[in-house]
Amino acid sequence: MMAYNEEQFLMLSGLQHFVFCRRQWALIHIEQVWEDNVLTVEGNTLHEKADDPFVREKRGDTIYVRALPIHSYTLGINGICDMVEFTKTTKGITLANEDGQFAVKPIEYKRGAPKKHDADIAQLVAQVLCLEEMLQTTIDEAALYYHETRRREIVEITEEWRDKVTAMIKEMHQYYERKYTPRVKTGKHCKSCSLQHICLPELLNKESVLAYIDRMTRE
Amino acid sequence: MKRLLNIVYVSQSDVYLALNGKNLVLLKEGEELGKIPILNLEGICTFGHQGASPALMATCMEQNISLTFFSSSGRFRGRLTGAINGNVTLRKKQYEVSMDELESAAIARHMIVGKIYNAEQNLKRTIRDHALRVNTERLTQVVERLKQARKLAFSITSLEELRGIEGNAASAYFSVFDECILQQKEDFYYKGRSRRPPLDRVNALLSLAYSLLASETAAALEGVGLDAYVGFLHRDRPGRTSLALDIMEELRPVIAERFVLKLINRKQIQASDFIVKENGAVLLKDDARRSFFKLWQEAKQEQVTHPYLKEKIQWGLVPHVQALLLARFLRGDLDAYPPFLIR
Repeated sequence: MMAYNEEQFLMLSGLQHFVFCRRQWALIHIEQVWEDNVLTVEGNTLHEKADDPFVREKRGDTIYVRALPIHSYTLGINGICDMVEFTKTTKGITLANEDGQFAVKPIEYKRGAPKKHDADIAQLVAQVLCLEEMLQTTIDEAALYYHETRRREIVEITEEWRDKVTAMIKEMHQYYERKYTPRVKTGKHCKSCSLQHICLPELLNKESVLAYIDRMTRE
Repeated sequence: MKRLLNIVYVSQSDVYLALNGKNLVLLKEGEELGKIPILNLEGICTFGHQGASPALMATCMEQNISLTFFSSSGRFRGRLTGAINGNVTLRKKQYEVSMDELESAAIARHMIVGKIYNAEQNLKRTIRDHALRVNTERLTQVVERLKQARKLAFSITSLEELRGIEGNAASAYFSVFDECILQQKEDFYYKGRSRRPPLDRVNALLSLAYSLLASETAAALEGVGLDAYVGFLHRDRPGRTSLALDIMEELRPVIAERFVLKLINRKQIQASDFIVKENGAVLLKDDARRSFFKLWQEAKQEQVTHPYLKEKIQWGLVPHVQALLLARFLRGDLDAYPPFLIR
């Protein structure tokens, strides 16, 4: 299987943008102009998280690891897991300096309430794929924790999701290589997009420039 | 659309700009003249020799506020820009196109078509609004010549030829520019362009308007991630914002020239607002320049429907929108560059 090198890694967190709108992702990650608006905000929140103890915290049978850097050479992505739980089990992986075997479960913390679209799940699945590759294990379920509802939603990592996320990341790499900003269908989601005034989504349905010049300059 | 923020114009030449907390502070001989929160600023234009503090410059660079330096006579000296916008992909495309004569000409000719068309509209407007006072026959003839030039320009694929057509059209247009001046004709007349220095009042006003427009256009281009120094029609020359001059072509008649004509025709500026130097240079007095800036800022707040986007925007955002459209064309969203055409 083809492997990416670190130079080619894309940001895992970009998957959320990609699911929301491929063009939004390209504007942020390929065109980079809007890095300041979006990514620095994300960077800041990441920074807050990085202030959390980067140490193993043990409670009962579970070890909690926060802000864990992750990557996958086969997918060519890297990012950070908010939290990974390692829970003692009978048939799991071994950890350095720990006795016994552990099951692995990533938890992603989200500010708002559960969303209608699948961006959060896609991001979580990508984290799972990274962890599986790094730890050489299989992860059957992971979780999303929503601040607003203060609830943990268990996400089953299905074959379907794995395939879907793998295909999406492949598509991301294809756009990135071509430095291509796709033109995509506009819709209601454009209204909630912070990049609307830069993307000019309505531009994609506009008359051609030549027709415009003709219309304006015709007698 | 992006929000139009304020630009502070510092017209007195002996004012020093400093930073105090989150405020721009204007100092004259150590005395504080005024204080303005940085938060709502898009740019600062300063005319004179006193300059600005490094702390203020650093803040401007950080917050993407353009700080532009003009000489006290209004000549553009330079502009402070922060860390270059990260849009490498867009810039590479821009450089690629700028090195390709055919692709450059395809963009430049739309700008020139826009320029000539907008000049036509200025003359037509004068004919329409003041038919009884102006030499309509002469104006109509020029409008006809401009129309021919514009149609020719539309098919040109060589930059050299395009410049030739543009030059001829400009001289035809300016040969009747004086007809558009309807008030205070003994004090305000146009007999040809003089730049360094401007030798009459109209030229002094035009120069100042072009300077402001050029710096605002350059800031708009940098704002969308383009390199204001690499043009398509204007060749590279160190220190010249060629792309800003390119985009300005189509904006000159509708933003700068209309503004100057309005100032004169509405008597918002008078002969006594100018001084004549020993070398014949005509300069605006400090007070008059201040009211010029005030009216310029006011004009920028007025609404216009963008002819291509069909969206209502403030006049002051027109350079920004054109920069955005150029960027989106270079990135492949549009079939060509849509110039700003006014009816």
